[in-house]
Amino acid sequence: MDDAQTIPDDQWRPDRHQKSQRDEKDQSGCAICGLLNEDGSLVDGGLIIRAIANMHDRSNGLGGGFAAYGIYPQWKSWYAFHLMFDHDAARRQTESYLETVFQVAHQEAIPTAHLEVIRQRPILVRYFLLPKEELRARHYDLTDDDIVMMNVMHINKTIDGAFVFSSGRNMGCFKGVGYPEDIGRFYRLDEYQAHLWTAHGRFPTNTTGWWGGAHPFGILDWAVVHNGEVSSYGKNRSYLANFGYQCTMHTDTEVIGYLFDLLVRKHHLPIEMACQAVAPPLWSRIEQMPPAERQLLQTLRIIYGGALLNGPFSIVVSHAGGLIGLNDRIKLRPMVAARRGASLYVASEEAALRLMCPSPDLIWRPAGGVPVIGRLQSQPQEVSVA
Amino acid sequence: MRKWLVEPDFILTRDPDRCINCQVCVRQCANDVHVHDEEADLVQSDSEKCVGCHRCAALCPTQAISIEKASLEFRPNGNWTADRIRAVYKQAEGGGILLSGMGNDQTLPVLWDHMVLNASQVTNPSIDPLREPMELVTYLGRKPDRLELNRDANGKVSLATELAPQLRLETPIMFSAMSYGSISYNASFSLARAAQAAGTFANTGEGGLHKDFRPYAKNLIVQVASGRFGVDPDYLNVAAAVEIKIGQGAKPGIGGHLPAEKVDAQVSATRMIPERTDALSPAPHHDIYSIEDLRQLIYGIKEATQYTKPVCVKISAVHNVAAIASGAVRAGADIVAIDGFRGGTGAAPTVIRDNVGIPIELALAAVDARLRDEGIRHQASIVAAGSFRSSADVIKAIALGADAVYIGTAALVAMGCHLCQKCYTGKCNWGIATQDPMLTKRLNADVATRRLSNLLRGWSLEIKEMLGGMGINAIESLRGNREHLRGIALSDRDLNILGIKAAGE
Repeated sequence: MDDAQTIPDDQWRPDRHQKSQRDEKDQSGCAICGLLNEDGSLVDGGLIIRAIANMHDRSNGLGGGFAAYGIYPQWKSWYAFHLMFDHDAARRQTESYLETVFQVAHQEAIPTAHLEVIRQRPILVRYFLLPKEELRARHYDLTDDDIVMMNVMHINKTIDGAFVFSSGRNMGCFKGVGYPEDIGRFYRLDEYQAHLWTAHGRFPTNTTGWWGGAHPFGILDWAVVHNGEVSSYGKNRSYLANFGYQCTMHTDTEVIGYLFDLLVRKHHLPIEMACQAVAPPLWSRIEQMPPAERQLLQTLRIIYGGALLNGPFSIVVSHAGGLIGLNDRIKLRPMVAARRGASLYVASEEAALRLMCPSPDLIWRPAGGVPVIGRLQSQPQEVSVA
Repeated sequence: MRKWLVEPDFILTRDPDRCINCQVCVRQCANDVHVHDEEADLVQSDSEKCVGCHRCAALCPTQAISIEKASLEFRPNGNWTADRIRAVYKQAEGGGILLSGMGNDQTLPVLWDHMVLNASQVTNPSIDPLREPMELVTYLGRKPDRLELNRDANGKVSLATELAPQLRLETPIMFSAMSYGSISYNASFSLARAAQAAGTFANTGEGGLHKDFRPYAKNLIVQVASGRFGVDPDYLNVAAAVEIKIGQGAKPGIGGHLPAEKVDAQVSATRMIPERTDALSPAPHHDIYSIEDLRQLIYGIKEATQYTKPVCVKISAVHNVAAIASGAVRAGADIVAIDGFRGGTGAAPTVIRDNVGIPIELALAAVDARLRDEGIRHQASIVAAGSFRSSADVIKAIALGADAVYIGTAALVAMGCHLCQKCYTGKCNWGIATQDPMLTKRLNADVATRRLSNLLRGWSLEIKEMLGGMGINAIESLRGNREHLRGIALSDRDLNILGIKAAGE
């Protein structure tokens, strides 16, 4: 059957959410924010929506999104895949593929609200998955995480009209074209309870809005919200290719997620050291360090030159173990941070920070290349290998 | 009929109103162009012998001398150009191989001139290198694919990785292999001292290491070539790195010949060969007839140096350069130097210099892509060579994938070379490519060192400006970052091999 005939409404719709016609590099300004309750206490999405809305003018309505951790306790050992489909044919093709490689514990439409301002939405479905035993046996040298990532890349690269935008356990990314506060209401995020939230409002300069191009960028339990531009993108992409990462999402933010996955999950670097690999101290500063530290940093920088993120950025990287806020080495994008009790907050602007946390114990402006690290107390200090 | 059908390349004119008959030109020209006629008390000039090196004109106190290209034209012929007709005359006369010095001088496309760089606008602030740090530090050598750490009981980490030996460069530009013998003592000395001053490296070439240069050995890469001149355990161990020379861009597939006239007492001692004998480098290494033999030599050198020095393999850019480079890396090379077909030489058959090998731009792109495809790019650094004329060429090479570059001709030009291409005659009027004591003393080593240092400084400053413009503050973020290059007036095939987009894309 002809796909187009089955979905007549796609013929007249301008496919703003489709993943064609994109530049590889995404040049944008943006708003970011994040909050982590290190004690694991839960908070609904209302607060983070209000915080990102407080930086409304930093985005232009062409993309907004959120990541939330701890939201699927009933399915917490299953990989939660969030997919967007341009049409039913893509959904059917994807589902028949998923069934060949994964056990599907549950699937459902991602709940959404009808909002006047959110238009041309794709079909949004989530699946709770684990690799099938026979697949594990065939890829005995790979972890479940590796298998999942391989399949995410496969679907995004080969199935036209299908896009996996979230693939971690007990977490999810929610994103689309619109102002972030509208996207938050569209996904009914006030109905979710999470211990860790991040949010993003996008101001792209060279792409029309594409639902998949909004932030966060999510792979496994990593989610990245990013304000800035990765001038080293070409270098990072070819460096990551050495380790089997294929950049298929046409956004420079993608390399940030893969770099943290490589450095922390695969190479077992402590979070602090992963941050030093992507935003290393200057050689002149390394020279002045005590011998053991100097040798460590020198070696780190020599080995991970391809992982250095150059260009202006402020990012919030979230994962099962917590949250990382980081600026480029010379702080060309804004980021402020605050703590109150067991809660850590980061945002592009103090306005958003004060909204989330009106009377912080501590509020500061992290220096370029100096990470803000929050750790969930119930989690091991480093992300373990599956 | 004249015996010699070859007309002069240049016409030398002396303005009698300006000439003060001081005879500086007579003393300066090693080619005997200028002769003082005792009887007439006049300086006569024989244009036929002029190589166009400008030495006489540069030193003439009254600017009495002008040198122009000879205008004796053949009937226009796009096929039989004047150069080709003259070459036949010369060979009909002598029956030999025509020689040239320096690099390929043909007007083939220079692809550097068809590539342009990026700069930041609005979304990405450019960085001012005068106000912000800008890092050019480069490490050459084998890198592991990951960092290994030890963790103690408290979870405190310490370094477990033992890094293979690396060369640290303050700027990604090194001086290419030029042997003592082909160039003068002062020229070699100046290169070594300038390399040390700039925190980079000079390559000794295959001429051995003069005992006077040993204090600079920490900034010297010593070469092991097919003639093995001057190679002994001390030579290998005193240097920063060892380079096995398989090929040279100016003359791929053939060896070398330092004429006996250039082998004086000093050169003889340094090369460990008898005085006034020809120094012949065989075309192949006679202990390397295939890749496994190269592996033996690489590990022989590593054994001899207790694995404390990176070993570089230098190959010329030929058609299957990517496969050869890959083989060299798998054979254990820590650095692969690729010399493109515009690379220079002290002497090469002109026909080979001008027709054998491929451009460094394409070779470099192909090698970088091949090593990445094979997942072994981190196992060796790539050094590109073969005519880098400006800092722009250098930064484009780095964006294409080079870790660093070698400059040879540019360094000679900095010392005063005028590219007359007559290095093989041993009569370099600028005191560079000669061993004649009357000529070598013209090159002041202090001045030459300063000029070389200035060149490295100037190019490094320019590279920083261009990097800052792209919004990048560390050279490693540009290395192999082809997103920052665009091609102009290149075929799709060229763009594809270079791995870059066309301008406007």
